[in-house]
Amino acid sequence: MAEPPQRSPHLRRDGAWVGASVPRREDPRLLAGRGRFVDDIVLPGMLHAQFVRSTEAHAEILSVDLSEVRAVPGVVAAYSAADLNLRGVTALLDRPPHEFVPTAMPVLAHDRARYVGEPVAIVVARDPYAVEDGVEAAIVEYAPLQPVVSDTAALAEGAPLVHAEAPRNTLVDVSLFATEGIDAIFDEAHTVVEVHTKTGRQNALPLETRGVVADWDDRDEQLRVQTCSQVPHQVRTVLARCVGLDEKQVRVIVPDMGGGFGQKCVVGREEIAAAAAALRLRRPVKWIEDRRDALTAAFLAREQRYAVRAAFSAEGEILALDADVVCDMGAYSCYPFTAGIEPLMASAEMPGVYKIPAYRVRGRAVTTNKAPTAPYRGVSRPQYVMVVERVFEKAARALGLDAVELRRRNVITVFPYKGVNDITYDPGSYLESLDLCEQTLRDEGWFSRRSDENRVIGIGFSCFSERTGYGSGAFAQRRMEVVPGFDISEIRMDLNGTVSVTTGTLSHGQSHETTMAQIVADRLGIPYDRVKIVQGDTDRITYGWGSFASRSITIGGSAVAAASVKLGDQLREIAAHLLEADVDSAELDGAGGVRVGDRSLSFAEIADVAYLKAHLLPKGVGPGLSATASFDVGGDGTFSNATHGVVVELDPGTGGIEILRYVCVEDCGVAIHPQVVEGQARGGIAQGIAGALFEQVTYDDAGQPLAPSFMEYKVPTAAEIPDVRIEHLETPCAFTESGAKGAGEGGTIGAPAAVLNAVNDALRHTGVELDDTPVPREAIFRALEKA
Amino acid sequence: MIQLIELTVNGERHDLAIEPRRTLVDVLRHDLGLTGTHVGCEHGICGACTVLVDGAPARACLLFAAQVEGAEIRTVESLAEPDGTLNDLQRCFSEHHGLQCGFCTPGMLMLAEGYLAEEPEATKEEIREVVASNLCRCTGYQTIVEAIDDCASRRRAAFQDQLDRSTA
Amino acid sequence: MKPAAFTYHRARTTAGAVGLLTELGDDAKVIAGGQSLVAMMNFRLARPEHLVDITHVEGLAGIRRDGDSLRLGALTTHRAVEKADLGDFAVLSRAMRWVGHLPIRTRGTVGGSIAHADAAAEWCLLAVLLDARIRAEGPSGVREIRAVDFFRGPFTTALQPDELIVEVVFPRPAPRAALTEYADRRGDFALVAAAVDLDADRVVLGGVAPTPVLVERAGTAEEIAGALELRDEPGISAHYRRGLVRTLVQRARKEASRG
Repeated sequence: MAEPPQRSPHLRRDGAWVGASVPRREDPRLLAGRGRFVDDIVLPGMLHAQFVRSTEAHAEILSVDLSEVRAVPGVVAAYSAADLNLRGVTALLDRPPHEFVPTAMPVLAHDRARYVGEPVAIVVARDPYAVEDGVEAAIVEYAPLQPVVSDTAALAEGAPLVHAEAPRNTLVDVSLFATEGIDAIFDEAHTVVEVHTKTGRQNALPLETRGVVADWDDRDEQLRVQTCSQVPHQVRTVLARCVGLDEKQVRVIVPDMGGGFGQKCVVGREEIAAAAAALRLRRPVKWIEDRRDALTAAFLAREQRYAVRAAFSAEGEILALDADVVCDMGAYSCYPFTAGIEPLMASAEMPGVYKIPAYRVRGRAVTTNKAPTAPYRGVSRPQYVMVVERVFEKAARALGLDAVELRRRNVITVFPYKGVNDITYDPGSYLESLDLCEQTLRDEGWFSRRSDENRVIGIGFSCFSERTGYGSGAFAQRRMEVVPGFDISEIRMDLNGTVSVTTGTLSHGQSHETTMAQIVADRLGIPYDRVKIVQGDTDRITYGWGSFASRSITIGGSAVAAASVKLGDQLREIAAHLLEADVDSAELDGAGGVRVGDRSLSFAEIADVAYLKAHLLPKGVGPGLSATASFDVGGDGTFSNATHGVVVELDPGTGGIEILRYVCVEDCGVAIHPQVVEGQARGGIAQGIAGALFEQVTYDDAGQPLAPSFMEYKVPTAAEIPDVRIEHLETPCAFTESGAKGAGEGGTIGAPAAVLNAVNDALRHTGVELDDTPVPREAIFRALEKA
Repeated sequence: MIQLIELTVNGERHDLAIEPRRTLVDVLRHDLGLTGTHVGCEHGICGACTVLVDGAPARACLLFAAQVEGAEIRTVESLAEPDGTLNDLQRCFSEHHGLQCGFCTPGMLMLAEGYLAEEPEATKEEIREVVASNLCRCTGYQTIVEAIDDCASRRRAAFQDQLDRSTA
Repeated sequence: MKPAAFTYHRARTTAGAVGLLTELGDDAKVIAGGQSLVAMMNFRLARPEHLVDITHVEGLAGIRRDGDSLRLGALTTHRAVEKADLGDFAVLSRAMRWVGHLPIRTRGTVGGSIAHADAAAEWCLLAVLLDARIRAEGPSGVREIRAVDFFRGPFTTALQPDELIVEVVFPRPAPRAALTEYADRRGDFALVAAAVDLDADRVVLGGVAPTPVLVERAGTAEEIAGALELRDEPGISAHYRRGLVRTLVQRARKEASRG
């Protein structure tokens, strides 16, 4: 049994466990190589699936001939769309036709191929080698059409249509805000700055690719689907619908998961096709996405174009923000979020941490002949934060002010604050984080090094907040067909006083087995290793929305806490009765029991009565020890915030970029497990740096992917990612059960802006400004060459 | 065509009848059930499949099992005691939060194990350069470098301690 | 990403390997460290019907000083060279840090890298720079090919299908030589690589042509860069590449002058 840990002195907490960086419950098995990831699962008679994928970016499919595939040694079956006849997947927004055009994503392409890598047929064989031999033998006849490979091409007059039902290749076109009189503000403003930027298409790139093992279980009369998904209940619903089963006939189980970052929080077509094959063959079928497919045909993200103007007064007050956002969503709307995910996020949240009195925005999602997109860690926020932070840098130059000082004059300091975007911000430490971040870099001597004339050094900042408690109300504003938000927990105490508790969220690296257990441990006064967290199984969990949008600790953690409190009340009631005392005099003793005065009963003793001597229970109290609670966030949710400060050095001889220093001052409210919070920040920052400087999914003019391997898709290594100094501030959330705000995405959100600002600061003497990411080294080389 | 090969993994000999095109990582995982070694890219860049071949870290996705007959293969399963007690390197990873999802972890562990055996005096910067061999998408690498560096320091201290005691 | 089927042959001697290559002809491919070949096979970009594994051939690995010259057995790994104390051939050890990463260097071999003939590969540059002799064994015995004559085009060499590289001989010491590279990310193939030997007044460039480019009696870095025929390519202009050449030649010379 674990001992309560030493408290870390600088953080508030409500008990012995929350706030302590205890050993992770996940670690022993993962370190010993004894985790269970999807590809580790082996079932008797299991077959292996792969997909015949479109070689054309845009084409009519004239015929699919699988006869030679079926003749390949080892191949057991091969199915085209016509063979399986599955219902397609359609994600919906409740918006009028001029704002949203629904499009169906077929499980297997039948009449039309819309991107290179789109699945056209599934091949099933006895081993993973033979199945690739089989895939090679497929003969698919295409009549190529002109592909649409960029947002500008998609919107061009007379462009070919990716979906016949979507004119101008536009799936979403929303204008959520337009402050009256905004044009006049721009006309009269002292200073107007513009930012035009394009961000590269990225891959969320969980190191474990997508995968599934599906089998029909005759005893349970169930299709059992073990898959690495962030949203198992969504997979169950869509899968059941596509293959024509009811919900109880599908069980989705999520084993250990090697990262997700959003790519796995939508429903993919491959897992549906593999499950359909398993159903047909009545044999287990495994599909493991290989890296080439993961790089070219998995859900992508982040390719956006911004045209933004901002008006400032002579004193450096921001007066108005006017933005046009175009998101290249690729070939299909993802389920359940739709192609609206990126433009809606950008439109709703762009004013961010600043007091902006007037705001106008148009957000569009266009469809192109590229692999479709899904939410990716931060969703649009890395981009719009980058744009807004570039606005402040440019305005500072135009106004002759220091950029940090300009931010200081404009960040929200009085809370709650109702923004021009109709969102009420709960308290945060926007100004404090900015001050501390700048001071830290100053104290470390970076500002004096910046002025060394023999070196090309720049310093950049980004100041931002991030809504992490998207409850049902906040999500309802998106007007999706399904509205995520709440979470439900069931808690049960067993005979020896140990506890198991369900959560509808699920960890894929975030340490929920540890952090959720810490929350329960404090509520019940038991060591955290007496608590088992149950996650990722649609048969064992009432209903769950899964893990995305930094919602797990804020919402899932609150549900877990609420269920624990209910169970605690039950324990008190029974104990009071057994001790013949008033329930109000009974309290949890913090040591695994209930105390009434100087007498106490251990949980094991109470459980003994609840299960084995039920006749001793008080009247009206049923046998057993269990409780259910749910949690939702009312209002507009909660906001985590941070300031990032980055120092870069540029190499005039090569255009190379080195990050010399990275400081992150973050505030996610109460940190349940500070080490985990820091891990989330560091990992997030690495992904943000990747987007700013390294990674890009590229295509040629014919829509052929140019980055099918890690040779071209340049994931940064330990040699490129710097150490990060992290400082914590703590503004507790008033309405989550533990005071925590979300911590999963902030690192990724803040990094591109700070890095890009630092690069531009280093280029300050050249007259060149670079606003697109990933930053091309050649552009730096040329800028410095001229200077 | 099927080929008979004999592999020595974690000190245990195995006789296998396999197609020669099977890579070492697939044979370890699927033929021997040693699923601790992971597959991340199958082209030698991510390093999730890193194992030790005669003590040296190698990409198990870039080797055919048939090529390493007669070699001593070590995988992540060899690090902990049979009762589950973690070794010093594994404990350092846990203490420093050098893993999140755990998918790259076995490769990182074997990379570090092989490297530290050869270079016990490695500096933190040298360790960072070696960690750059493998990809991790969760941690940002800092805590992995710190974990390995800490393990190296502890091993050096323990060795020095042993020397001091044997000369005392 | 699983390779197509092939027949595996294990050679025990160089003669045995040559015999197999002679018998199997164009359908056969030699595998040594396999660090490039297996990746290409996993993508099915290479699909040999026969693989002749030479890693079990005795005596093909090793570093030997022979008078003025240094002889590297074909199976010598990058890592062995990196770790060796090579005295006035230390440029070879130092250059190894540019070859992929540690787990690649423990398996990849000198002979394999030269036979693969990537125009930006370190061994190809070093071989040309130091006027190495590549010793190849075929049915009629061993012949020596000068490195400058060996690389014929991208991934194309003077090696016959029935020949096997057995040794690479570096004829004379190069105490003042260096190799340096630029890539956006550590361990990647270089955008441009430059190797210099100050005593021989030679510069070799990688990443600027289908084979390593040798410049003898080289002038200034500016002149070397200016003389190259380069074309704009997607994502990298001729101008930028020329600039990288200039920088890297300067940096390699600086490193070399420190010895």
